[in-house]
Amino acid sequence: MQEQEHVRRTTTDRPEQEVEQPTPSTEAGERLKAELDDLLDEIDEVLETNAEDFVRSFVQKGGQ
Amino acid sequence: MAIAKICGIETEYGIVWRGIEDPNPITASSVLINSYVTSLAERAGRPGSGLRFEWDFESEQPGTDARGFAPLGALPPEVESHLVNAVLTNGARYYVDHAHPEMSTPECTNARDVVVFDRAAELVLQRSMETAARVLPPGQEIVVYKNNSDGKGNSYGCHENYLVDRNLPFGEIVHGITPHFVTRQIFCGAGKVGSESHLHTARFQISQRADFFEEEVGLETTLKRPIINTRDEPHADPIKYRRLHVIIGDANMSEVATFLKVGTTALVLAMLEDGVLPRRFQIDTPVPALRQVSCDLSLTEPLRLRDGTTATALEIQWEFLRTAQQYASTHGLAVLGADTGERVLEEWESVLTGLEQDPSQVADRVDWVAKHRLVDGYRQRHDLDWGDPRLVALDLQYHDLRPDRSLARRVGLRTLCSESEILRATEKPPTDTRAYFRGTCLEKFGSEIIAANWDSMVFDIGEESLRRVPMMEPQRGTVDHVGPVIASCDTAAELLDRLASS
Repeated sequence: MQEQEHVRRTTTDRPEQEVEQPTPSTEAGERLKAELDDLLDEIDEVLETNAEDFVRSFVQKGGQ
Repeated sequence: MAIAKICGIETEYGIVWRGIEDPNPITASSVLINSYVTSLAERAGRPGSGLRFEWDFESEQPGTDARGFAPLGALPPEVESHLVNAVLTNGARYYVDHAHPEMSTPECTNARDVVVFDRAAELVLQRSMETAARVLPPGQEIVVYKNNSDGKGNSYGCHENYLVDRNLPFGEIVHGITPHFVTRQIFCGAGKVGSESHLHTARFQISQRADFFEEEVGLETTLKRPIINTRDEPHADPIKYRRLHVIIGDANMSEVATFLKVGTTALVLAMLEDGVLPRRFQIDTPVPALRQVSCDLSLTEPLRLRDGTTATALEIQWEFLRTAQQYASTHGLAVLGADTGERVLEEWESVLTGLEQDPSQVADRVDWVAKHRLVDGYRQRHDLDWGDPRLVALDLQYHDLRPDRSLARRVGLRTLCSESEILRATEKPPTDTRAYFRGTCLEKFGSEIIAANWDSMVFDIGEESLRRVPMMEPQRGTVDHVGPVIASCDTAAELLDRLASS
């Protein structure tokens, strides 16, 4: 079995990390962002017209 | 030696009945299933025979506990045998469970086939929306959602099932797979706007289900849900097999996510059966850790381990992957199905690499990442607060199964199976499990079958007594075993005679 000790750390020597969403910087990231912009442009056409009513009436009882 | 990881998925779908006061969800579920099955019978030239194939509850024992006892106060799940219950020619079961339409895929030998049949199930639900619309009054519509929460504290499941060697002690399964169940959500979580737990106030979470789990191990599925469900109902030879009933997963819209969810879990179980999974990374408090992972979009929070150290969910997943790669070289991956095992390892490594470097890299295959980009993009564009109902509506509509409304089908998710495969899987069973026998017999001898369930079929061939055919071996009844026999018989009576003499 491979030793994997390098990934094990104690709580004390782990530095605090900023919780931040990384921004896409690669070419693929730029392409995805452009696609997302296109989708956001047209999304209002398919969105439920009255979001508040829709969300309020979405009740699903009796599930596992 | 690990045994073949026969597997499947059962999904409860959310439903909205529009255009009616006080909609009854049980009726809505029944309308969906009845109208679909009736349309199939009409198409096959057997009007009125739509619900001829009834599910047979003879061997259902959902209250049996894998630990060999029933804890005091535990409530065994109820089987509601009066509700609509159909078996399809692809070997699947389509039924009303509690207040939801539910589809169980047929038994599959590998994760890729599970994806095909899970997508076929979506297509059947889409068709059911159409057949329901034809029988409902004008202005009414039933809409189906493939998600697991209504955002108001009600959850419904997407359960997985895996065939496991009975010789593997249940305690080993609990120790071995709990860290996987707590952390695998980083690639198979479906994402959720908001919190349904009084313990945190997350604006967006990785998992749909994490808020609903309160125990580490237990029998319940509707309250005090446990990370490891102990239902001991193998639907197969109970001396040889267990069926691990996994209730913690999210329903995935992404095919790659479903593939990874099932493939990695089958692989971890195979490693447990072969005794190669080291007991490291035992999480100190798995239930809070489950929520902690779900709320940590940065994937950097350390989880406390029982040995006093910590590890992140990503680190734990890397460890599982490294162990699996080692296992592949020493034991091979035949038990995961022909080429599927290698593909699981490739996708697993690729998704962990992407999540580690920059989660937006996996927006084309990880549901929570795709959904978060969409919701957060909309929020920023319109300068909305996280509590805005439009963001919750976007979340719900990600899972809408109407092709023209589903947001998941617009975010560029990568696919694994072709449209023609999915179409075929709505009618034809897998060829390499007993689902082949079930589905093919239903298609060819449907009028002589009065009931079916996972491990038997009941024929009425006009004799005084009915004939039950047991199917206790999930890997028997395949096209190789019974294909030629079924093809050469004209009647069920002939088939039963041939099977009895073979």
